[in-house]
Amino acid sequence: MKAKHQRLILALVALAGVAGAGVLGASALRDEAAYFRTPEEVAGGHAKVGEPMRLGGMVAAGSLKRLGDGVTIRFVATDGKASVPVEFTGIVPDLFAEKAGMVADGRMRADGVFVADRILAKHDERYMPPQMGDMPKDMKAAAGG
Amino acid sequence: MIAELGLALLWMAAALACLSLVAGIAFVRSGKGELAALVRPASVAQGVLTAASFALLIALFARSDMSVELVARNSHSLKPMLFKIAGAWGNHEGSMLLWLTILGLSGALVALFERRLREDTLIATLAAQAALSLGFFAFLLFSSNPFNRLPIAPPDGQGLNPLLQDPGLAFHPPTLYVGYVGLSVAFSFAVGALVTREVGPAFARAMRPWVLGSWIFLTLGITAGSYWAYYELGWGGWWFWDPVENVSLVPWLAGAALLHSVAVTATRNALRAWTVMLAVIGFSMSMVGTFIVRSGLLTSVHSFAVDPERGTFLLVLMAIYIGGALTLFALRAGTVAEGKTFALLSREGALVINNLLLTTILALVLLGTLYPIVAEAMGEKISVGPPYYNKVAGPLALILCLVMVAGPLLRWRRDDGRTLWSRLPLALFAGAAVLFGLVLFGGQVGILPLLGMTVAAVVAVASLAPLWKRNLRRTPLPVWGMVLAHFGVAVALAGMAAESAFIKERLVAAAPGETVRVADFSVTFQGVEPVAGPNYTAVKATLIAATAAGDRFVLHPAARTFPGLMGGPPTETNEAALLTRPGGQLYAVIGQPVTGADGAQRYQLRLWWKPLVWWIWLGGALIALGAAMALLGRAQLLAIWRARRARKLEERFA
Repeated sequence: MKAKHQRLILALVALAGVAGAGVLGASALRDEAAYFRTPEEVAGGHAKVGEPMRLGGMVAAGSLKRLGDGVTIRFVATDGKASVPVEFTGIVPDLFAEKAGMVADGRMRADGVFVADRILAKHDERYMPPQMGDMPKDMKAAAGG
Repeated sequence: MIAELGLALLWMAAALACLSLVAGIAFVRSGKGELAALVRPASVAQGVLTAASFALLIALFARSDMSVELVARNSHSLKPMLFKIAGAWGNHEGSMLLWLTILGLSGALVALFERRLREDTLIATLAAQAALSLGFFAFLLFSSNPFNRLPIAPPDGQGLNPLLQDPGLAFHPPTLYVGYVGLSVAFSFAVGALVTREVGPAFARAMRPWVLGSWIFLTLGITAGSYWAYYELGWGGWWFWDPVENVSLVPWLAGAALLHSVAVTATRNALRAWTVMLAVIGFSMSMVGTFIVRSGLLTSVHSFAVDPERGTFLLVLMAIYIGGALTLFALRAGTVAEGKTFALLSREGALVINNLLLTTILALVLLGTLYPIVAEAMGEKISVGPPYYNKVAGPLALILCLVMVAGPLLRWRRDDGRTLWSRLPLALFAGAAVLFGLVLFGGQVGILPLLGMTVAAVVAVASLAPLWKRNLRRTPLPVWGMVLAHFGVAVALAGMAAESAFIKERLVAAAPGETVRVADFSVTFQGVEPVAGPNYTAVKATLIAATAAGDRFVLHPAARTFPGLMGGPPTETNEAALLTRPGGQLYAVIGQPVTGADGAQRYQLRLWWKPLVWWIWLGGALIALGAAMALLGRAQLLAIWRARRARKLEERFA
C-alpha cells in the first residue's frame, strides 16, 4: 500500500469516527440532558411530566415532613415566587435542612409532585451551586427564615 | 520569617525559570552553546527551590501560624496533624503551589536523568517546561500568593471543610496532580521536538517512560479518588460523572491514547504527527481541567470558591500555551507527517483504532462537561448527568475492550485474519460461557452490564495470551506490564458490570434490636452511642451482620457533627461502614433519628450489598502496576543496574 493511500484511508476512518461521535453525542445530549428549573418555571408550566430535570430552590420553613415509613420525606421547594411539593425516599445529605438551598434530580409526577431520585444540599455559601447564584438575594426571607 | 522566606524562594525560582527560557531560546536561535550549559542546572535549581517553598508552606500549616491568611482561612489548631499538613493543598493557593512544585520537579528530573534525547532537543524541551512554569509563577505571585500575611493574626483559624478531613485528602490530590502535571513533560518534549524537528523513534523512546510515569500516577489518583468518594460521601456510588471527576478522566484518556501511539512511533516510526499532537492534547486537557475546577465555573467540594479574576488569568494562560503549541504544530506538521506504512489488520492498525476510540470517548466526555457551561452562557440552564455518559461512553468502551483483545495478538506491519482467529478460541469460549451462564441463571440483567461481564471474560483470557508458549523468565518486562494492565481492565470492567447488575439495597427506619435482611446477610441493629472526636461529635451505630454460614461481623457506621466555626452553621458528615468479603462489600450508612407513630426512637439505615465492587479498584491498581512494570522496562533502569553490577563484578575479578 502506498503511503498516500494509507493516509487517505486513515483520514477517512478518522472522519467517520468523528462524524459518528458527533451524531452519538448530539443524540445522547438531546435525550439525556436534564434541564435546570426553578419552582417559578415549574409553576409556569415549563416542566413536562416524566421528563428528567433538576429542580433548585430553598426548603420552605415548616414544610419538611417525614412519612410513616421513616425514610420518605415531603417538603416544599420555593424560590420566593412559587413553590413545588417534593417527595424523596432515602437518606438526605448531610447539609439538607429547612431554609437551606437544595438541588434535586428527578421528574414531575402527574399529580404535580416532584419525585426526587437524588438530593444535593449546599447551604454553606462557599459551596453554593452556581445555578442558585442568581436567585433573589432575599430568598431566605422569602422561604420564611 | 518562614512565610517571607517561602515567598523569596518562589521569586528566585521564577527568576531561574526566566533564565532557562531566555538561555534556551538564545541557544535554539544561534545554535551556540555558551548559555545552553546553564539550562540544565537552572532547571534543577528551579525545581528544588519551588519544592523548598512548598515545604515551608506545609511547615506553616503544621505550626498553625494564623498570621498567614491562607492558614487562618483553611486550618484550625485543634485539627489532627495529618489534616493540618494535608490542609496545605486543600485550598486554591496551596494546590497551585503544589502544581508548580510538580512542574518544577518534573523539569528537574528531565534535566538530571534524560540522556537519550539529542542535546538541542533537550534544551528546547527544558525551555518549554520553563515557559510553562513561568506562566503559573505569574499566576501564583500576582493573583494567588499563598504566603500573604494578615495585618492582625486571628486567635484561631476557620477550619477545613469537614468532607475534606479524611486521610484520602493526604493521598488523592497530590497523586492526581503528579499525574496531571507530569503530562507537562510530554507537552514540553513535543514542543522541543517540533522546534528542532526531531520527531522520530529516538524521540518517542525518550518520551515514553515520562508518559508512562505520569499516567501511573493519574491511574492511581483516579482510583484512589473513586474509592474515597465511595466511602466518604456515603452515597455508595464509585463514579458520579461529576464534572470534576470528568476533567481528571479526560487527561487519563489522552495519556492512555498517547502511550499506545508512542509505542507505534517508537517501534515502527509511524503515526509521528499524531503522537506529537496527542502529547500536546494531554497536558492541554490537564490545563482545561484545572481551569474548569479553579475558575469557579463549577462548584463542588473541589472548587474552593474562587473569584472570576483568577479564572480569566488562567484562561489567558491556557490560551497562550495551547494556542502556541498548536501554532507550532501547524507550522512544523509538514516536516513530520511522513511515516512508515502498515496494513489495517496489524498491530499498528489496532492501535490506531484504540486511539480513535479513546479520543472519541475523550471528546464526548469533554462535550458533556463543557456543554452546560456553554449553554448557561447562552441563557439555558442544563445539567448533563450519568445517563448521557453511560449512553455514549459505555458502548464505545466495550468496543475498545474488544480491540484490546485483538491488538496484542496481531503482528506489526501486517497480519491475516485467519491467524488472529486461531489465537482466540479459548477467550471466545470463556466469553460465551459467561454469557450463557448469565442468561440462564443470572435473572434480569441489563444489556450493558451483561455485555460488560461477557467482554470482561474475553479480555481476561485474551490478555494472558501474549504469555502463551513463552519462556516466562525471558519475557521482557514491558510485555508483562501490558498483560497485567490489560488484565486489570478486565478485572475493573467485571467489577463495574457485576456491581450495577446484582446490587441489593435496603432502606429502613430501624429500632434497636431489629433485624434487616440484605442479600445473604441478616443485619441486626444493636443501637447507637455518642462518641467525641478531636474536633467533632458523633453518633456511632453498632450493626451485627450474620451470614447464612454462621459468620458474624460487627460494623460501626457513624454520623459526625462538626461545630460551625466563626459563627457558621454546624456540618454533618456520614461515615459509612464497609465489610469486605471475597464476593463483594456490605456497605452501611446511618441516617437521621426518626420518631415513629408509636413514639419509639428509630434510626434510618441504608444497607447495600455490592457484588465484586472492590474489583473496580483492584483493577485500577493492576493497571497502574502493569504500567509501572512497563516503565521499569522502558526506562531500562534494570538494564542500567545490571550493567553497573556486571562492571563491578568485572572490576572485582580483574
